[in-house]
Amino acid sequence: MKSYATYLLRRFGQFVLVVFIGMNIAFVVTHATPIDPVEQSIAAATSFGSTSPEAIGMMRESLRELYGLQGSGWQQYVGFWKRVVVLDFGPSLSAFPTPVSTLIWRALPWTVGLLLVSTAITWVLGNLLGGLAGYLRNSRTLNITGLLVMGFHPIPYYIVALLLLIVFGYVWPVLPITGGAQMNMERGWNLDFVVSVLKHSVLPVLSLVMVGLGGWFMGMRSLVSNIVSEDYVVYAELGGVAKSRILRSYVMRNALVPQVTGLAMSLGGIFNGAIITEQVFGYPGIGALMIDAVHAGDYSLVLGLTSVSIVAVSAAVLLIDMLYPLLDPRVKVA
Amino acid sequence: MLKIIRDLLLHNRGFAAGVFLLGFVLVIAALSFVSPYNPLDSYVVPPDMPPGWPHILGTTSRGQDVFWMLSFAIRNTLAFGLLVALISRVLSLVIGLVAGYAGGWVDRVLMSINDTFIVIPLFPILVLFYFVMRDKMSWAALAGVMACLGWAYDARLIRSVAMSLRTREFTETSIFSGMSMPQILVKEHLPYVMPIVFSTTMNNINWSIGLEVTLSVLGFTDINTPTIGSMIYWANQHTAMVAGVWWWIAFPVALVIMTFIGLFLLAVSMNEFIDPRSRLGRGGE
Repeated sequence: MKSYATYLLRRFGQFVLVVFIGMNIAFVVTHATPIDPVEQSIAAATSFGSTSPEAIGMMRESLRELYGLQGSGWQQYVGFWKRVVVLDFGPSLSAFPTPVSTLIWRALPWTVGLLLVSTAITWVLGNLLGGLAGYLRNSRTLNITGLLVMGFHPIPYYIVALLLLIVFGYVWPVLPITGGAQMNMERGWNLDFVVSVLKHSVLPVLSLVMVGLGGWFMGMRSLVSNIVSEDYVVYAELGGVAKSRILRSYVMRNALVPQVTGLAMSLGGIFNGAIITEQVFGYPGIGALMIDAVHAGDYSLVLGLTSVSIVAVSAAVLLIDMLYPLLDPRVKVA
Repeated sequence: MLKIIRDLLLHNRGFAAGVFLLGFVLVIAALSFVSPYNPLDSYVVPPDMPPGWPHILGTTSRGQDVFWMLSFAIRNTLAFGLLVALISRVLSLVIGLVAGYAGGWVDRVLMSINDTFIVIPLFPILVLFYFVMRDKMSWAALAGVMACLGWAYDARLIRSVAMSLRTREFTETSIFSGMSMPQILVKEHLPYVMPIVFSTTMNNINWSIGLEVTLSVLGFTDINTPTIGSMIYWANQHTAMVAGVWWWIAFPVALVIMTFIGLFLLAVSMNEFIDPRSRLGRGGE
């Protein structure tokens, strides 16, 4: 048990490090550029319609405070961290005076839902197919499936989403291509709304699954094809253990261990994909919110979203790390 | 070297297909040097012409020839990917080799930083970067930032090979013959990891092109440099799909997909060929 505690402590240290470095990158990016973000924001915010000079002056004052551009470099740095620790990024500039945190909390469930469902489908399906393909090397169906899923793998999320959008938006319009649910509908736990949410999530989930499947498939297939030649598998076969049981408890069980590590490692990339996909399908999660925030010149919202993304992804990685010993008991012993 | 390539072409279908796809893409990129039009000029040809002669892939709503535009776009996109890959290769080689060789706390510190860069979601950071840079955002600045963010995964791979090289006899011999650490890393270990470096380069180019396309389609880069992403961006701005100018989007998408699959096939077939374990097992041949 002691070693599990050490393991946890180490993983927690890694979590703190990720948040620390991530936030520092965000700080450096926002503060070390040659461009004055205040003037940029004012230019963006006042490019439509006329704003009086006094209003611009007030805006400049409040923006300087908001961007944390007052005081010495060190004071700015400390102020930046204060905001991050309490996750308070002030009011949104584009949806004034709604606080940034409210906007993010409203969008977060959509992104989390999309990510959970698509990652679960991708990971389980990819590993299952990959495992089967590694075990039954001569199956034609599996080889063709492999070719298909690996064909989509190298294509970036945006392009696959765009292809689906074109196919289901112009060529064969059967599925809703934009939004998270039908407009003007009572939101809550009623059947119509749930069905509408599910329908709207089909294309985003599908595009995430299509891109993600190939990676797990390839990884699992090569892991399994290495394991099947191990002595203990040969021994089990000679001992007459049922094939399904060999595949399940002798082969897949062992191959899953590195795949769980792989999942923790690739969460950042999957998250990128999810917010890109959201943008294509106008899904109301934090990806779409972020793009809108950039177009509206809403600095506090963009910074808030970046910070929340970094914290959320590294927390998810920590969670997987904490569950990892359940799958690989060696962590507890070592 | 040439013999290996010939054998791969003959016996590895994935490699042959990858070479063919990438060769096709490169020819199109090379044609940009003989283009009759300047890519930055608009309204040089009649707008919205469907594919046909003399504009084989049609023309855009901005009066540009899609084919010639595409050749500039793919050239810039490839150059972008190559630049990011080159810079990030240097970073991942230095960090991977040093961590694997030094071991101990150096390894632990470097790998903690490394894992951090693997986990951090890059897209929001790149968006934040654009947000601050705005009009000053340039092609080179984006490449620099992406290289600084995109080395980690490959550094881990290189480190794992370097770790096993550390325990090999020739490393001991080098130490006893008085070679310094940088000398050992460059002269003895580097040649062993080069094959992996090549295959990760392909994957890294894919990764950086993918992000570049995404960012420019959203308008988050310098959209006036013709790249595949900015071409799709302008097509979207002119609502090309709704207007029926499908060739403006379809051809860039098709060409960039060919690039992705070509690079991916090369990386996979090279990996099959190298398989670090079997390669290392054969020893210092």
